[in-house]
Amino acid sequence: MIEGVSLFEILSLTTVLFFVGIYGFLTRTNLIAMLMSLELMVNAEAINFVAINKYLSPAVLQGQIFSLFIIALAAAETALALAIILHLYRLTENIDVKEVEELKY
Amino acid sequence: MEKILFYILSAIIIGFAVLSVTSRKLYRATIYLLFVLMAVSGLYFMMEYNFMGAVQLSVYAGGIMVLFIYAVMMTNNIGKPLRSISTKRKILPFIIAFGTAILAIYAIYSYQGIANVHEATITSVDQIGQKLLSYEKGGYVLPFEVVSILLLAVMVAAIVIAKAKKLVNQEKN
Repeated sequence: MIEGVSLFEILSLTTVLFFVGIYGFLTRTNLIAMLMSLELMVNAEAINFVAINKYLSPAVLQGQIFSLFIIALAAAETALALAIILHLYRLTENIDVKEVEELKY
Repeated sequence: MEKILFYILSAIIIGFAVLSVTSRKLYRATIYLLFVLMAVSGLYFMMEYNFMGAVQLSVYAGGIMVLFIYAVMMTNNIGKPLRSISTKRKILPFIIAFGTAILAIYAIYSYQGIANVHEATITSVDQIGQKLLSYEKGGYVLPFEVVSILLLAVMVAAIVIAKAKKLVNQEKN
């Protein structure tokens, strides 16, 4: 654990980070920018797992291993989403959610 | 000392996260996101989870950010700012995010059941590797294999989806 810092402060930090991500996800219209907000949220989750593991039961490794899986899944998700975005850009030359309507109907 | 360092890291994380979701230049937003990810890895190092910090640095700050930067360069005119949203359409998301954040922080602080455990344990990479490949009770060998298959599938899928074809407009001509 970090000396002099309680779990509450770390949880507050991750909460703020998560909701900054939510705000970005709701206001952005560019697909890549939305994906970046998603990364912020995933990061907040990973910190939560690690911090709770460290503060409440440091002897077990569950939180750390969950965070490892989260990072692996985030990498996979980002690679796939960026591939889809690139393909969409090739098709329509536009990745703005307000203007892309290929999958709409 | 560590407390001050934690607050500096928190300020970096929150500040650059806000910049990253509000900046109208996408390339700059990507670099701000890189700073956030590096500060998060600093947080892992402060918690003495060195392996997690290294993974965060290499996978997130190294791998994913390169993907993002390439995608931004291929799809955006870097000098051109993103289209702006009117302030009216930002109010509701701001209220939703801010209100829910306040609610969540209130819920966290009103919870009494957390007892801090004061044990100084440093987990080594050795322990993590043993746990990941252990097939006894509490072992993680099955999720580990599933994730590896998932990564392989994603790699194939990404190649298939992003494989270069002619532009649609050129085909029409």
